[in-house]
Amino acid sequence: MDFQLSEEHLAVQKMVRDYTHKEVIPTIKEWDRKQEMDPNILPRMAELGILGINIPVRYGGQGFDYISLGLVCEELEAADSTLRVVMSVHTGLNSMALLQWGTEEQKQKFLVPQARGEKYACFGLTEPGAGSDVAAMKGTAKRDGDEYVLNGEKMWISLASKAHHALVVLRTSDDVEDPHDGLSAFILELDRKGVKTGDIHGKMGVRAGSTGWISMTDVRVPAENRLGEEGEGFKIAMSCLDNGRYTVGAGATGLIRASLEASVKYAKDRNAFGREIGRFQLIQQKIAYMVQSYEAARLLYLRAGWMKNQGQRNTRETSLAKWFATDASFDAASEAIQVHGAYGYSDEYDPERYLRNSKGAVIYEGTSEIHQLMQAGYALGYRDDGELRCELPAYDPDFWQAEA
Amino acid sequence: MKIAVFVKLVPDSAATFTVDNGQPNWGDAPLVINPWDEYAVEAALALTEEHGGEVVAVSLGGENAKEALKHALAMGSSEAVLVSDDALAGLDAAGAARVMAAVVQKIGDVDLAVFGKSSIDSDHGMSSAMVARVLGWPSLSLVAAVQSAGDTITVERSMEEGRQVVESPLPATMSVVKDFGEPRYPSFMGIRKASKAEIPLWSLSDLGIEVPTAAVTRSEIMAPPKREVTNEIIKGGSPEEIAATLADKIIAEGVL
Ligand SMILES: Cc1cc2nc3c(=O)[nH]c(=O)nc-3n(C[C@H](O)[C@H](O)[C@H](O)COP(=O)(O)OP(=O)(O)OC[C@H]3O[C@@H](n4cnc5c(N)ncnc54)[C@H](O)[C@@H]3O)c2cc1C
Ligand SMILES: Cc1cc2nc3c(=O)[nH]c(=O)nc-3n(C[C@H](O)[C@H](O)[C@H](O)COP(=O)(O)OP(=O)(O)OC[C@H]3O[C@@H](n4cnc5c(N)ncnc54)[C@H](O)[C@@H]3O)c2cc1C
Repeated sequence: MDFQLSEEHLAVQKMVRDYTHKEVIPTIKEWDRKQEMDPNILPRMAELGILGINIPVRYGGQGFDYISLGLVCEELEAADSTLRVVMSVHTGLNSMALLQWGTEEQKQKFLVPQARGEKYACFGLTEPGAGSDVAAMKGTAKRDGDEYVLNGEKMWISLASKAHHALVVLRTSDDVEDPHDGLSAFILELDRKGVKTGDIHGKMGVRAGSTGWISMTDVRVPAENRLGEEGEGFKIAMSCLDNGRYTVGAGATGLIRASLEASVKYAKDRNAFGREIGRFQLIQQKIAYMVQSYEAARLLYLRAGWMKNQGQRNTRETSLAKWFATDASFDAASEAIQVHGAYGYSDEYDPERYLRNSKGAVIYEGTSEIHQLMQAGYALGYRDDGELRCELPAYDPDFWQAEA
Repeated sequence: MKIAVFVKLVPDSAATFTVDNGQPNWGDAPLVINPWDEYAVEAALALTEEHGGEVVAVSLGGENAKEALKHALAMGSSEAVLVSDDALAGLDAAGAARVMAAVVQKIGDVDLAVFGKSSIDSDHGMSSAMVARVLGWPSLSLVAAVQSAGDTITVERSMEEGRQVVESPLPATMSVVKDFGEPRYPSFMGIRKASKAEIPLWSLSDLGIEVPTAAVTRSEIMAPPKREVTNEIIKGGSPEEIAATLADKIIAEGVL
């Protein structure tokens, strides 16, 4: 057992922290109020290599391990959730799926530019009528010679209007006993004819980010754009979530840390009844719970990251990390507001933004209810993870760091 | 161009400074690369990017000074050297300059030795000039930009009154100020290179010099006196009355 982060891990963490402190935190409140994404965010994350942190160098990435990905997400979300969302969809849900399931040609064509940050990527699973119940989706992909014809609408898609590539899951067959087996995954270039995208406004949180929709009307894509086999779409989507949820859990851990740090600072500055409010036991209790949930969330995501490094299946552990951290981050942000009194209720201070941002993560990438069903399912023996045709490759430094 | 850039490990600028038993104490503040030296590394890297060449980062200090060197490597320096010797502890600024000059000579073929404006812990701001003096090189201080570099170098110096353009032959030393531009972050590839780097350690005997004797010794060190702040709310029947009382007090305190 080794709880020590490596020198590289610490340097990565510090570099991303410096970036957010210099370039994100000073202006994030304004972008959040404007409900717009700072146009510098994606190009800077690309330029700094953050978008490809854990992708092998030979595929355009930086060749770091899965733990580094988690640490990066923690740092990003300590600044603002919208930056971590970028990592969740671009890297966790899309690029890592290409690494896991893509053919060599698909890796060269899609993964390399994504890891380099030349192309941005998103993930389209949810539809207006189907969220948790994935198999209820209506969007279709019909084979036509060497092509597929895509029709349908994806809703609540992070980066829909910013991305160049989307990993979309659609129904390729109704002729199956279990509707889950009729789904397939595709890489869709969003500049194809018949694709429209747009943004959703009026969101409670992640207002400085981009969340939108993708509509597909008779969109033709070559069969080479299909990721995995026909009928493998549900399995692929779930494996994507194993990676996306990891970034969400790690990020929520950062949001807890931000709530804790803001609360500690305020509790030492603010006086009531003749002393700093940090001296009151009821304030101390709030701080203590934030410390507890921060440390526990951190250990949970680091374990999941370690398992990914080892090449061990981690669906259960990642789900637990995501469920715990996101629920705890909502509580921490809410208590941070309470510590700040009326000032916590104002957008002059950060905690209200933390609270609004935290709620999204309790809903996407498996609602907390879905994670509870999963955890109970494992405990009761109702649920078991079958082997996948393509597992996420274990972190092998030699392979990851070599040029080709 | 071959550039030697000097970097120092110092307590974080947010640290609170106290004196315990005549010794400086920065509490448990993290040690970081001297912020001014980051500008020096940035300048060195920008110069070699434009004119070709390599950057060798150098630090004088204990084993932990490797942190500053690793930061310089992660930013993109090609090599790093740690000069460590028990005898370094008692050095004054002139002695340190002798050691740094010897390092420049041992590295060999150095065109430019680059320094930060000063180090935030001791704040002498003399290294660049003193090293130039030992080496017999020209010294360019407070450099904000390099206009051209070849056999000679033309730089803009930043002064309170404005800027001055000066030219000098190479080799030379220069100290760099903030106006040079924000130092880059370490790159991920640089971080990996730094974490794998074996940093050579040179002692004074490797440099072939005697321990320089300190001419200046520190006899006392004081922390800035704690500021005593008292608040007083001035009351009065009308704004005019309050303002008059306030004005009297300000005059009585000698503020005006
Ligand atoms: C900010 C944001 C960004 C998003 N980004 C993306 C994205 O990039 N890509 C993407 O594909 N999707 C994205 N989503 C969509 C997200 O994944 C879905 O909202 C989520 O899966 C839940 O689906 P739903 O909203 O349709 O809720 P529903 O599935 O309709 O659920 C409604 C409620 O019913 C509960 N429920 C459902 N089934 C059960 C059950 N069996 N037992 C108990 N309770 C149940 C849920 O927990 C929830 O409380 C995003 C959502 C948000 C808010
Ligand atoms: C939307 C809104 C409307 C408002 N409207 C009005 C209004 O119409 N009129 C009006 O007069 N005020 C109004 N207020 C102000 C409100 O009454 C105060 O915010 C409230 O009394 C708390 O004071 P505070 O914000 O200064 O927090 P503080 O008193 O500074 O408290 C900060 C934190 O310390 C805790 N704390 C303080 N003392 C102790 C203690 N002894 N033990 C344990 N914990 C302690 C508090 O519970 C809180 O968590 C409003 C506030 C809001 C948000």
